[in-house]
Amino acid sequence: VDERKKLIATLRGKPWPMRKKLPTLRESQVFVEKYEGALGKGRGRRLYAYKVMMRKKWMKFQRDFENFKTACIPWEMKIKEIESHFGSSVASYFLFLRWMYGINMILFSLTFGLVMVPEALMARPYGSIPRKTVPREEQANAMDFAVLWDFGGYAKYSVLFYGYYNNQRAIGWLKFRMPLSYFLVGVGTVAYSYMVVIRTMARNAKEDGGGDDTSFNFSWKIFTSWDYLIGNTETADNKFASITTSFKEAIVEEQESRKDDNIHLTRFLRVLANFLVLCCLAGSGYLIYFVVRRSQKFALEGLDNYGWWERNEVNMVMSLLGMFCPMLFDVISTLENYHPRIALQWQLGRIFALFLGNLYTFIIALMDQINLKRAEEEKVKFNMTIWQANLYNGTLPENSTAIPIMVDPADVPRGPCWETMVGQEFVRLIISDTMTTYITLLIGDFLRAVLVRFLNHCWCWDLEYGFPSYSEFDVSGNVLGLIFNQGMIWMGAFYAPCLPALNLLRLHVSMYLQCWAVMCCNVPQERVFKASGSNNFYMAMLLVILFLSTLPAIYTIVSIPPSFDCGPFSGKSRMFDVIQETLETDFPAWFGKVFSYASNPGLVLPFLLLMVLAIYYLHSTSKTYKHANLELKKKLQAVIFSLHLKTGRDSAVRTASGSSFHHLGASTENILDARLPSVIHEAVTAFT
Amino acid sequence: MGATASKLPKDQLSEYQVTNLTGYIYLIELFSRAHKRFNELLEREDRQQIGGSRVPMNKILTLPELKSNPFRRRICQVFSTSDLRDGSLSFEDFLDLLSAFSDSATLEIKSHYAFRIFDFDDDGTLDTGDLEKLVNCLTGEMDNTRLTSEEMKQLINNILEESDIDKDGTVNLSEFQHVISRSPDFVSSFKIVL
Repeated sequence: VDERKKLIATLRGKPWPMRKKLPTLRESQVFVEKYEGALGKGRGRRLYAYKVMMRKKWMKFQRDFENFKTACIPWEMKIKEIESHFGSSVASYFLFLRWMYGINMILFSLTFGLVMVPEALMARPYGSIPRKTVPREEQANAMDFAVLWDFGGYAKYSVLFYGYYNNQRAIGWLKFRMPLSYFLVGVGTVAYSYMVVIRTMARNAKEDGGGDDTSFNFSWKIFTSWDYLIGNTETADNKFASITTSFKEAIVEEQESRKDDNIHLTRFLRVLANFLVLCCLAGSGYLIYFVVRRSQKFALEGLDNYGWWERNEVNMVMSLLGMFCPMLFDVISTLENYHPRIALQWQLGRIFALFLGNLYTFIIALMDQINLKRAEEEKVKFNMTIWQANLYNGTLPENSTAIPIMVDPADVPRGPCWETMVGQEFVRLIISDTMTTYITLLIGDFLRAVLVRFLNHCWCWDLEYGFPSYSEFDVSGNVLGLIFNQGMIWMGAFYAPCLPALNLLRLHVSMYLQCWAVMCCNVPQERVFKASGSNNFYMAMLLVILFLSTLPAIYTIVSIPPSFDCGPFSGKSRMFDVIQETLETDFPAWFGKVFSYASNPGLVLPFLLLMVLAIYYLHSTSKTYKHANLELKKKLQAVIFSLHLKTGRDSAVRTASGSSFHHLGASTENILDARLPSVIHEAVTAFT
Repeated sequence: MGATASKLPKDQLSEYQVTNLTGYIYLIELFSRAHKRFNELLEREDRQQIGGSRVPMNKILTLPELKSNPFRRRICQVFSTSDLRDGSLSFEDFLDLLSAFSDSATLEIKSHYAFRIFDFDDDGTLDTGDLEKLVNCLTGEMDNTRLTSEEMKQLINNILEESDIDKDGTVNLSEFQHVISRSPDFVSSFKIVL
């Protein structure tokens, strides 16, 4: 009975035609039903039958749940349509977008549910304390659209930004620990992101099979290069052309007949190109620094004197640089004359360096502003004491406990809140980046397609094949943009809890907009690249960005004291003091003692050392396994070869009769099946 | 276009599920789509008894999913169980085709069918003639995309060098499966969605 059951379970995996499978299935099912009930005896029989029925119901439930889960995957049909038109590399961008959307959904639910909602519902409402009210001098234009768009006015004094949150330890009837929750959500979003990215990388590495990528170069090209999802003749033609080119290229490379003349010229050109690129990078870094200094000057003189451009100069310059420099790099790279795959890697590396440089210049400029604000804070604190003294001036004698005078919260002098300023900067940056992307998309792709289509009738040369033509979908540029966008979110999410929500909205709109734009304005790529190899490359970049973007946030948390009158950590000397406070007040005494022992550097350092040693050990064992794997493969080949020689003598007669190769293959397979267990056994003993 | 999955009794549906495709609801939807498409290809008189009738090859080749595929004729011939060997498909053959190319088919099934598709002369191995026809299919119909005979010979030599383990001059099923199982792209590209 068990055998039949196994047969039913594996039937799906067997390559028999339907005609053979169905009767076998019916037979086995009848057999199982007839004899299964007979296995349990007496009272045990009922229990056994009951167990069997429950198992069947459970399997059916699992199957239904799987169906439900598959039906719930969003945008599946859209992506499949794009895949059939453009191939799997363009579709891989949309799959990446969807995956990002999932991550942002989780981040959004964390920040929304655990930070924004409790503060909005259970804490003190707007207008009750100074930090939650728009100051008197700003109230006149707090509702203006221009101010709101800039995230000032009422938007600034709301749950969207750090400054609104009260530092009360427990709020509401649930005694919800707000500052603790804020801190832990901030740490938790980063931890969750790390976990997800590394898990995906591990899964991709497993699917890749690991090991030798180049051993079956030609066979893979011929057996696996055709994409069966292509349903469009134009794409098919492109695919044919690219397959042919890749064959020819591979043949030429294999023959090793490189044209070695002019190697000095090539080298000189490459050095020149790198020099130009470095100049570009330095130039863009300096430009951003210059622009940020200028905006500081504007801020000191009061922003009202300047128009829209001056106010948003920094963000616009960063977005424009991000748009034009990659094109410049593309042009420069034609000097270099590399193989296209290597050229693409250089291009990606340069764009990465560009974005990174821009981001870090921006952060350094931001640090300058933070320091300015902190100096200002000292002055405000000083003025506060004078102001308070003036309030009570003349109403009460000196040494008596004063009844607090009711002052409207809008009138209290306010310290500059550098955290909210940082949050605002990031939000503005994200918005201007989004706008730039969408406008480039509309102009660069849509307008171009419209122009080419309609002007073609009355133009001198053929617009469709000649200069502008329709644009291709730039997979790597878009993926990099997505990755950096996510990096900015990670950087700013601690100071502006609204960022994940904003990003979610942006990704949602992006998905629909880009799906439409791709189908409407783009043509399939001429050079069709394999998607699989780049998957882990993009994940690795995401990991690096995650690390680099959480660094500034962590630095500011650990080293800069929070503002004295805004945010959930006001009044503490460092933001992470909230953990200490929670341990002291909310947990029993022995817990605090244990924790203080555990966080002793004398204990932490050996632990770190142990982890480093463990990593080194695992790395070296994995190297030995790979090596052993290769050895086994060579041994396998030798075994087959020797078997072939042996059976070659035996079946020399059969060869003559004409049913040659197939027999040889079959007999070799049979003998191999017999020998294989022993080879595997050897492998196992080699490891134990 | 006539009744859809309701024509097939429920246990037959679940049998089909166990034998090939996944997902009950998915199955019903896929079934009705497959049924509809198959129905469209049949002549009017045959539509009543979908179980036994066959669709000729030239009708199958008009399906948009197969239209641009260079291996469409071989695909029809491989999945056809007709005695006349004319490449015509019955509904069960059509389902076989869809299940072999579906997302949930295992690597073993896909590589088995891929091998049969590439084996142009049906002799159970991929010899030089098969490989040559394969390359010509892949490089398209136009003259400027074809390879010269020098390049062709070089290419086939390289392929045999890489995949032919027992050095008999042909690639048999287990060698083919060995090569394919190491490829990261195969499963995702060997897919047809209706």
